[in-house]
Amino acid sequence: MKVGKLPARKVRILGLRYLGATVVTLLFLFPVYWLFMISFKTPDEIYHVPPLWVPAQIQFSNYYVLFKDGDVVAILNSLIVAGVSSGIAIVLGTLCAYSLARFGTGGENLAMWIISQRMIPPIAVVFPIFLLYVHFGMVDGFFGLILLYTAFNLPYVIWMMRGYIVDVPLELEESALVDGLNRWEVIWKVVFPMVRSGLMATSVFTFVFAWNDFLFALVLTRTEVITFPVQLTHYFGGQSNFWGKIAAMSVLGTLPIFVAVSVMQRYLVRGISLGAVKG
Amino acid sequence: MADVKLSGVHKYYGNVHAVRGLDLTIGDGEFAVLVGPSGCGKSTLLRTIAGLEDPDDGTITIGGAVVNDLRPRERNIAMVFQNYALYPYLTVNDNIAFGLRARKTPEIEIRKRVGEAAEMLGIGSLLQRYPRQLSGGQRQRVAIGRAIVRKADLFLFDEPLSNLDAQLRDEMRTEIKRLHHEITTTMIYVTHDQVEAMTLADRIVLLRDGKIEQQGAPLELFEQPRTGFVAGFLGSPSINLIPATLKINGGGAAVVFESGGTMTLPSAKTTSLTSAEGRQVLVGIRPQHFSRAGGGSLRDGVVAYSAVADLIQPTGTRTFTTIKIGGVDVVAELQAHDVSRHGERIDLAIDLNRVVLIDPASGLVIA
Repeated sequence: MKVGKLPARKVRILGLRYLGATVVTLLFLFPVYWLFMISFKTPDEIYHVPPLWVPAQIQFSNYYVLFKDGDVVAILNSLIVAGVSSGIAIVLGTLCAYSLARFGTGGENLAMWIISQRMIPPIAVVFPIFLLYVHFGMVDGFFGLILLYTAFNLPYVIWMMRGYIVDVPLELEESALVDGLNRWEVIWKVVFPMVRSGLMATSVFTFVFAWNDFLFALVLTRTEVITFPVQLTHYFGGQSNFWGKIAAMSVLGTLPIFVAVSVMQRYLVRGISLGAVKG
Repeated sequence: MADVKLSGVHKYYGNVHAVRGLDLTIGDGEFAVLVGPSGCGKSTLLRTIAGLEDPDDGTITIGGAVVNDLRPRERNIAMVFQNYALYPYLTVNDNIAFGLRARKTPEIEIRKRVGEAAEMLGIGSLLQRYPRQLSGGQRQRVAIGRAIVRKADLFLFDEPLSNLDAQLRDEMRTEIKRLHHEITTTMIYVTHDQVEAMTLADRIVLLRDGKIEQQGAPLELFEQPRTGFVAGFLGSPSINLIPATLKINGGGAAVVFESGGTMTLPSAKTTSLTSAEGRQVLVGIRPQHFSRAGGGSLRDGVVAYSAVADLIQPTGTRTFTTIKIGGVDVVAELQAHDVSRHGERIDLAIDLNRVVLIDPASGLVIA
């Protein structure tokens, strides 16, 4: 009898847990669902009272308009700016981090000073930077934005990668040096594979920062290189808001982040350095 | 194959003078063990030979060529590390092949050499596994395999067995010894374990505070230590040191312990002590030089001593018994069943032919 009772209780607890998890999941997924639904609705359906859970017909006119008017270039701009700037920040930052971690460059305090640069509130520096950029003619171009995002992401990359590199057993590198690699090959063939998870996670965060940044992009762009968040604000009007365009653009702007996060998840879970030394 | 010569090597870490003007020659094909307590500079010395540390002064020669300015990879050495240093993202096969690939060895040659090494070390069936899927002993074999495929001029071992449990350590020790017989490359092996040093070495180099305390064949160091430190470092349990005063009478000499009691030294030990009357010494008696006294007369140089057994530590083969001589606790290594209970009075024979007398001030062995 006891044997029968226990599972029943466990099943009940498990059922409650699943119920709770489902409720929470629905709660969090609802805005995403709503965003997608709006992007598929006609203006009439968007303003319908009571709200319509699903549009009568899935239609892509909101997306079509974005492509027809060329607004999607903003997504492309964002991809270029975020992709290139985080790529540069990752390469430079990892090399800096290696130098800090292995050669003790700058003593004990340099790393702290570097990360402190990341703590500066962007709003405090955006206008001086704007004036500087105007002076050098870098406003409203790819170069200016990429430079700025690289500069803002570098301290973060250096700080994070330094932590990951310090955790790589020094003996692995020394063994490779004795076995015939030079320092660059050691970084490429030993350090990179060892910190791969950390590198991926850090890349995602730097990419997301540049992707989501609104303030710098708003101040430093005009018409040529408009990024996705800035483009989105053009649909909020004084008279009316173009909810269909807002939703469609938001969906397009969220997709890269979906991809990025799913990549990060795969690497964050892996404890890759397991078994490197005595385990 | 290569000989190794160090002359006047100094190494500082900040204010710490880790290696102090060291001269050392290791012959071609020799198995040299650098041994000493932690902080004696043995690992630093090995890393300096490897090129992982730069000496602050002095020259290092491998196979006749000065290597001071050569990078580690240019010295044609192979090194086995304490923590194995296997790449977790590579299979055993790729780990062993790593150094060969780094040197652009043709794949056919790599396959052949990896196969040979794996067979020699009994890890042929593990080649497709990852390091995390191996036991400690298997990992160490892979690390050794990675070194031997290189066919380097010189092998360096940095405490390779200290992460293994006792039984595995014995096993791997035997294998390393056999390996040296098979490949006869010059090997330099660092350990703090005196048993490893004694069993593996052609020559032990005993270091202390960044200098060579004594070097020589294992038994030479064990039986003819030049200092009290050497006498105390080698041997397990370690040598007993009992404070006493020398007393010279006629042609012979005796030691008088501080709490009373006298032991007459064998004549062979006393020749150099004729003018040493009243001198303070530490009498060094190894636990192995005690035995249970049978009936009958004692050999020359063996003295009888009656003591009460205090602590008794049986190991199965031998039993370590703590007794008192001259008021000092002394360990005697007896046969397994020589003593059975605490407080038992036992008659012992102490072989003083191999006693060492140490000057407590200088630490030097005087007889």
